[in-house]
Order: sequence, then C-alpha cells, then structure tokens
Amino acid sequence: MSLLMPDTGLLFWMLVIFVTVLAILAKWGFPVITSMVDKRKKYIDESLQLAKKADEKMSALLKEQARIIGEAREEQNKILKEAAEARNNIIRQAQEQARDEAAKIIAEAKVQIEADKESAISQIRSQVALLSVNVAEKVIRKTLATDKEQKELIETMVKESLKIDPDTIKN
Amino acid sequence: MSGFIRHIITIIAAITFPVAVLTANDGQEPVADTATSSEAGQENAVETAPDVDIKSMLFGHIGDSYQWHITKIGQTDIVIPLPVIVHSSTGWHCFMSSKLEEGPYKGLYCAEGGKYDGKIVEKDASGNEIRPLDISITKNVAGLMINSLIVVLLILGCSRWYRKHDVLKEAPTGLAAVLEPVITFINDDVIKAVIPEHQSRKYAPYLLTAFFFILVNNLMGIIPVFPGGANTTGNIAVTLVLALITFLAVNLFANRHYWKDIFWPDVPWWLKVPVPLIPMTELLGIFTKPFALMIRLFANIMAGHAIILSFVSIVFLTVKLGPAINGTMSFITVFFGIFMDLLEILVAFIQAYVFTMLSAVFIGLAHEGEDTVNESPAITEGNPMTEENGKNTENQK
Repeated sequence: MSLLMPDTGLLFWMLVIFVTVLAILAKWGFPVITSMVDKRKKYIDESLQLAKKADEKMSALLKEQARIIGEAREEQNKILKEAAEARNNIIRQAQEQARDEAAKIIAEAKVQIEADKESAISQIRSQVALLSVNVAEKVIRKTLATDKEQKELIETMVKESLKIDPDTIKN
Repeated sequence: MSGFIRHIITIIAAITFPVAVLTANDGQEPVADTATSSEAGQENAVETAPDVDIKSMLFGHIGDSYQWHITKIGQTDIVIPLPVIVHSSTGWHCFMSSKLEEGPYKGLYCAEGGKYDGKIVEKDASGNEIRPLDISITKNVAGLMINSLIVVLLILGCSRWYRKHDVLKEAPTGLAAVLEPVITFINDDVIKAVIPEHQSRKYAPYLLTAFFFILVNNLMGIIPVFPGGANTTGNIAVTLVLALITFLAVNLFANRHYWKDIFWPDVPWWLKVPVPLIPMTELLGIFTKPFALMIRLFANIMAGHAIILSFVSIVFLTVKLGPAINGTMSFITVFFGIFMDLLEILVAFIQAYVFTMLSAVFIGLAHEGEDTVNESPAITEGNPMTEENGKNTENQK
C-alpha cells in the first residue's frame, strides 16, 4: 500500500513549495486583489447611496417648486380678489357720494323754493291788503259823510283789519 | 520520416485530446502502433507479452518516479531525467536519475519488488535493503513546482493589473477579468460567509492559495503529457501537507469558545464526568476533520485518474478478442473516456472548492461567537438595567 504511505521527500518538498507559494501570494497576490475589489465595492456602494440622496433631494426640490407655484397662484388669486373688491368699493363710494350730493342739492333747492314761495305769499298778502284798503277807501268815501254810526263802523273795521294781519300793518 | 511526422501529430493531438487519440489510433491498427502516445509507452508490453500488466501500468501513472517519462518512440524512451538528492550512509549525493539506468551509482540503486519497490535504496552491512534520506526532485515534486509556478504567475499577473490600473475608473481586462470573479466568489461566498469579518481578512490568503493551488494541480493532472500528468493532488503526501496547514490554521488561533466546546460541551453532565465520553470524541474530531480533508481530496483525484486509465486499458485488454470486438470496445472507450475527462474537469473544480469551503468552515468554527464576544459587555451592562426597571415597576405597583 505505497499509495497510502506519504513519501518523506515529497512531503518535505510539498511543504517547502506550498509555504513559498503561500508566502508569495499572501504578500503580493491576494491582498492586493481583494483590497482593490473591496475598494471598488465600497465605491459603488457609496455612489449608489449618493445617487439615492441626489434623487431624494431632487424630489424634495420638485415638491418645493410645486409648493412655491401653488403659493404664487394663491397670492395671485388673492390680489385679483382684492383688486375686484377695491374696484367695487370705489364704485359704491362714488355712487354714495353722488347720491348724497344729489340729495343735498335737492334739499337746497327745496329750501330755496320754500323761501321763494314764502316771499311770494307775503307779497301776495300785502298786495291783497293794499287792494282791500283801496277797495275799502272807495267804499268809505261814499258813506263817510253820514253820522256817527258810520264813524263807529270805521273804527270796528280798522280794528278788524289790524287783527287780521298785524304783520301787514307793521309793514 | 512520415512515421516521425505522425508521431508528432499524435503527440500534439494527445495534448488536446488524450484518451481519444490513444484509442482511436489503436482502433484502426489494433496491435501494431500503440506506442505513440504518452500512455502507450507503458502499454508497449502488448507487442512483446501477450498479457497486459494493467496493475503496474496504473500504479506507474498514479505513483511517483525519479524521472519524467514522456513517451516511447520505437524502442527509445523519451524521459526527462530529474535530480536525485539522497543522504546515504556515505553522505549526501546529488546526481541525475539517468545515471541509475546504467546500474548502481555509488551503492544506490532502484529497488525492484520488495518493501521499497521503485525507490532508491542501498544495502547495509548485512545485505538488507535500506532507504536513505531521500529528498529527490521526483516527478511529483517537479510537477508541483511547475504547477506552483503557474499559480504564482496567474495570481501575480492578476494583482499586477490591479497595481497598474485604477479600479475606480476601469473594468478589469485580460487575466484580471478571468480571475476576479473566481477570487470574489471564493472570498465572498465561501470565506466571508463562514468566518467573522475581522478574522476572514487574516485567513483569506491561505484559503485562496489553497483553492488555486489545488485547482491548478487537479487540472494539470488531467493533462496526460509534460508538463501535466503528474498525479500531485492524487498523492497523499501533498494532501497531507494541505490538511496539516488547515489543521494548524484551525487550532493555533482558535478561541476559548472552541476549546470549551471540545472539553466541556453543552451536554448532560454524565456524558462528561466521570468518563469524558463526549470530550474524547470531540478531541478525536480535531484530528478526524483534517484527516477527512486529506483522504477526500487524495481519493477523489486518485480514483479519477485510475478510472480514466482503466478505460484506456480496456482497449489493450480487448486486443486478444479480435478486431471486431476490439473496434467496438475502442469506440465505447473513447466515448467513456471523453465523458470521464469532462467529469474530471468538473471534479477538479469541485474538490478544490470543497477543500476550501470545509477549511473555511473549520476555521469559522474555531472563531465561533467572536462577534458576540465583542458585544457581550454591552449585554451584561444591559442586564442590571432591565432588573432595575423590573424593580421600579414592582415598586410602582
């Protein structure tokens, strides 16, 4: 069974050869390769994470943009609304003012008309008094020649006329 | 002249397709022209002797020798003589193996039969054959050297690329592109999968070296002619050294947890005291694990070689049965030979993978629970906290 008996010489050389190979490859072979592969793996991982972060930032930016656009639109609506309100206010104020002015003018006109009417009435009255005095004169000239009854009549009549319109008399 | 050219063509073909050439050639000319290919050198007995000595042929190929026999052309053997280095009773001797063919050289000769069959021996005073200290560069040693050179060149060629290029800017090309997936596969899926992170960095060079060393030796063993053909990983001395290094890697740096599991495992006390039944088996396990590694690799590769050689020898065994049967059997042999060669390529990879994986698992077992060891102070600190919390809740009740 020489197959199962390890030969001393071969054992010795195998040990020498394998340890040499191991030393060479452990020093200059595998660590270089594995460390480089690890380095690249790390780099790829980091790149992927960066890409993910950039993606997140991008979506955040998009959201922000949408928000700003929305706000701007709201602002626009508000301004438009305010402008419409301001216009309506101005129109209403103008209308009110116009109405007030008109009312004032009408009131003044009314007062004027009243005053005119009053003065016209008083003029008519004085004219009527004069006319009645004149009529009375004419009537009295015919009858004054009689007696004292007539004198009494005249007195009463004067009194009456004084009673009727003290203003006319004052005038 | 034409015969010489045919020999050369056959040899070239043999490099690419060993078994097929052998058998196909023989199928056409059953008896005459067998001595062409590498295997056929041993088979030359067909011409002279009626019986083929399959056993010696098989062991000749599987075993070791002091010279590298390539082929036999006509009656001349083509061999590469290798240096013999022995320390006999007369001191150190170093000479080429070709000198032994002419007879004993300084009292040293190759034993034929007996206890040291095929080995260099000398006679002591009483006439008994004794073996001197023999560290000759035999066929297997030369094969190991060639294969190791291939491994070193491959890996250094690969690492050279990484030195010269910026990995962050370029994808690997050439040799690096071929080897990188294999290295990362072994490193990530085998080594890092079973060994804790901080330890795997320490063991990765050994495990990767073992993998590529075994793989290249396995594959070179399948190639039938020089520089391949040496049955290195199918030799128990080679696998013994590999298993020994794994054994040292496992046990020299093992942690407390590993030794505790061996000498005081978590089993019922009567299995440990007074008769340490389980500790004894665990202690035995320390040695059986690398022993199994050694036998597995050796037996698989050796058996693979033996099967292929057996298929080849069918051709020569059936010569006596006439051209018809011999032709048919040759055809079948070619078919099975191709099948076995392809299977051996697969086995070459699988055995390298299995050896690496099991070594990694054993090393991983020796460092089991180290990640939790680092965390254990935090746990012990955490426990009083939880107890206090428990008391507080009780007080509140």
